[in-house]
Amino acid sequence: MNFWILLTVNSITFGGLLFLLSAGFSLIFGLMRIPNLTHGSLFMLGAYVGATFIIGFIGLKFDFWIAAILAALVVAAFGALCERLLLRRLPGDQLAQVLVTLGISFMVADFCLMVWGGDPISVATPQHLGGFIRYGIAVFPLYRLAIIGIAALVAICLWLLLERTRLGAMIRAGVDDPEMARVVGIRVSQLFTIVFALGSALAAFAGIIGGPILSVYPGLDQDMLPLALVVVILGGTGSLLGSFVGSLIVGFLYNFGQALLPELAYFILFLPMLLVLVVRPQGLFGRQLQ
Amino acid sequence: MSTRATIALGVALLALVTLPYWLTQIYYVNVASQILFYAIFALGVNLLLGYAGLVSLGHAGLFGIASYATAYLLAAGFGHTLSIVAALIIGLFSTAIFAALSLRTAGIGFIMITLALGEILWGLAYRWISITNGDNGISVHGRPQPFGLSLASANSFYYATLFVFLLCVIVVTIFVRSPFGAALKGTRDQPRRMTALGYHVWMIRFWACMFSGLLTCIAGILFVYYTQFISPQTVALTSSAEVVLMVISGGPATLLGPIVGAGLVVVVKSVVSGFIERWNFLLGAIFVAIVILMPEGLVPGTVRLWKLGWRKTMARRRPAVIAKTGEPAP
Amino acid sequence: MTALTVSGLRKSFGGLHVTKGVNLNVEPGERRLIIGPNGAGKTTLFNLITGELTPDDGSVKLFGEDITHTPARRRPHLGMARTYQIITLFARDTIMRNVTLALLGLSKSRWNPLMDLARQHHLTDAARQAIERVGLGHIADRPLAQTSYGERRRVEIAMALAQNPKVLLLDEPYAGLSIDERRDVHDTLLAIPRDVTIVMIEHNMDVALDFAERITLLHFGEVIVEGTRAEVVADPRTREVYLGH
Repeated sequence: MNFWILLTVNSITFGGLLFLLSAGFSLIFGLMRIPNLTHGSLFMLGAYVGATFIIGFIGLKFDFWIAAILAALVVAAFGALCERLLLRRLPGDQLAQVLVTLGISFMVADFCLMVWGGDPISVATPQHLGGFIRYGIAVFPLYRLAIIGIAALVAICLWLLLERTRLGAMIRAGVDDPEMARVVGIRVSQLFTIVFALGSALAAFAGIIGGPILSVYPGLDQDMLPLALVVVILGGTGSLLGSFVGSLIVGFLYNFGQALLPELAYFILFLPMLLVLVVRPQGLFGRQLQ
Repeated sequence: MSTRATIALGVALLALVTLPYWLTQIYYVNVASQILFYAIFALGVNLLLGYAGLVSLGHAGLFGIASYATAYLLAAGFGHTLSIVAALIIGLFSTAIFAALSLRTAGIGFIMITLALGEILWGLAYRWISITNGDNGISVHGRPQPFGLSLASANSFYYATLFVFLLCVIVVTIFVRSPFGAALKGTRDQPRRMTALGYHVWMIRFWACMFSGLLTCIAGILFVYYTQFISPQTVALTSSAEVVLMVISGGPATLLGPIVGAGLVVVVKSVVSGFIERWNFLLGAIFVAIVILMPEGLVPGTVRLWKLGWRKTMARRRPAVIAKTGEPAP
Repeated sequence: MTALTVSGLRKSFGGLHVTKGVNLNVEPGERRLIIGPNGAGKTTLFNLITGELTPDDGSVKLFGEDITHTPARRRPHLGMARTYQIITLFARDTIMRNVTLALLGLSKSRWNPLMDLARQHHLTDAARQAIERVGLGHIADRPLAQTSYGERRRVEIAMALAQNPKVLLLDEPYAGLSIDERRDVHDTLLAIPRDVTIVMIEHNMDVALDFAERITLLHFGEVIVEGTRAEVVADPRTREVYLGH
């Protein structure tokens, strides 16, 4: 019984991490109309940078949460740079932009390998969250519950950002109709940079807080990117609700698949995605891919 | 073809046929063999990228299916001929499924679906240990013996690969000049208009996929006989990206482009791996540089450079030749 | 039997009703003009007739044959050709190649991966003829990128005519042309024989009125007035539609 409860909690936790990863991916896709293939490596970069801040370097050592936020900021800056210096040189040429993001992802991945080496780095669970909660016969790891809480909090913040702020309104306008948005005076290219930076920050944050669960290793980017892809294809691009629902679905599919049918885990994961692509290419909640 | 082009072609052919005699070291002959079968792969990918305007990021999956099928059947005890034929059939069948799923959309949608399909195949190669042996891969022993000739040595394998390569180049050339080839290019440029002219755009793209798949599978089979080994790495996204790089670096929508691109990528990879371990970083950097600076590829780009000079070439950045087909087949 | 009959055609996009029960009867050999202010739904009507859009309701008949559910790619084979408001030619190719593609569209050879297209003289000769018919024979081998806008309009018409259509749908063939270019296109259109029925959408009344025998006035997706040139011009509703009173 405990096995199933733990599996369920892990699935929701993983779903929470995936939400943090794919919310940004989905926004970027919705606004800039490109699947950001760098996203997996930004997750990994955030994890490595965060881990370094935690473990300490040049005498500086940070608290887990501070390190996580710093890592998010560093990667956000990197993302903004990529967008301004590289992607902006190819305005409107989505296919070329996708290829550039692919190239950048290889560079980032290899960079991480160069700097941090090939051995996995384990990230210690923050001390005050290292324990368990008991509820009847069920035992829940505290940290995983914390991640679920954080993901929910971020989801609410993002929703408020999109629905209640001017920036959010501009983003939504840009997602709906970039041409019209420009005509109305919205600086769409600035929005691109902001959203790209925001997406990068979220991915990096997810990477480091996922550290105690997934650890940090070369290839983490290759493991996470396809999952973000599936979430966004299931949930639809540019849709926060879609990312939320999609992340939960994928979280469950991935964990249960791994536990029950490890050999075909990938297949189980991608099958619903393929079905959605065939039946409803715009995803469950999103708009057309073009 | 102009006289100059014919002479150039003749010289190139002569050089290729006599290669083992002037590139005497086995290492270089092997590099040449690699360039040739990767060129076949690149020609296959170019059929879609350059001529159909469909960018696939999952073609390494099809390549891998052919390689794995061959290796698996050989390991199971079947003979070379049977394994090769079966691998081609399995590969073509997979291509049909690949195409049917991917052609639901064009443009970005096509990229996403092919990427996802490639990832699925990679995941299967990695996890379905009972069939693929996972990370340990499958070893292949020996090579086929066409007409009793051994292909064990570097030179003999080179000639076999050269033969297949030349055959593929001839077939692709005929295809590109054919009515079907013209129709395919039409669907790249104006799919809506093509429908209004009476063409079946989806079907045209489907058959282009099948032809692309055939070339890809041929390359995959040559690959597995060359390396005598297949592992999930061959099916990874990096492999799909490498072949796309071959096409765009050489020049999509040309015949020479993918071949030059394959040569470039294979040589850089072989040479570089001797010095630096960070091949992926370089791959990514070259990718970004080419897409931004010389999107039409090295072959047309160099021609332009030659004619216009450096400054003018960099100033007049033409829109990417990687065509923008935003429309699914009506 | 009419050449083209449209009955009760309806099309909505979400809450927007673009075509609201349009009826049209075009006789063989007729020159029909469809006019109406911007947003009247003229191009949508064309798209419904050619099959690029599926109607929510209603039918389209071509020489008595119901083609409402025939896929768009089959309709050229049944004798329907069209040109577009925005030029959608193959910019990377020559005029010859553009027109050859049009001819190839109806030929079984379009599936052939083995022949050398450049050597199919029956196709290339026919293409040259079609190009000469629109007065562009002297620049047939020129790349499209080096032609003027007016010349490209005529290439479009050449492509449509090359398919020997029974019904030719022209979507604003005079758009964006200079006076001289308009005259060239006009002459080309006048020269089309009567075995081709022509339905033209046009915005520019001056040139088009000359060409039309019967006119259909469309507004907000409905037929407001229909009749001979004189009838439609005299009708008070026409003024109302265009001038708002």
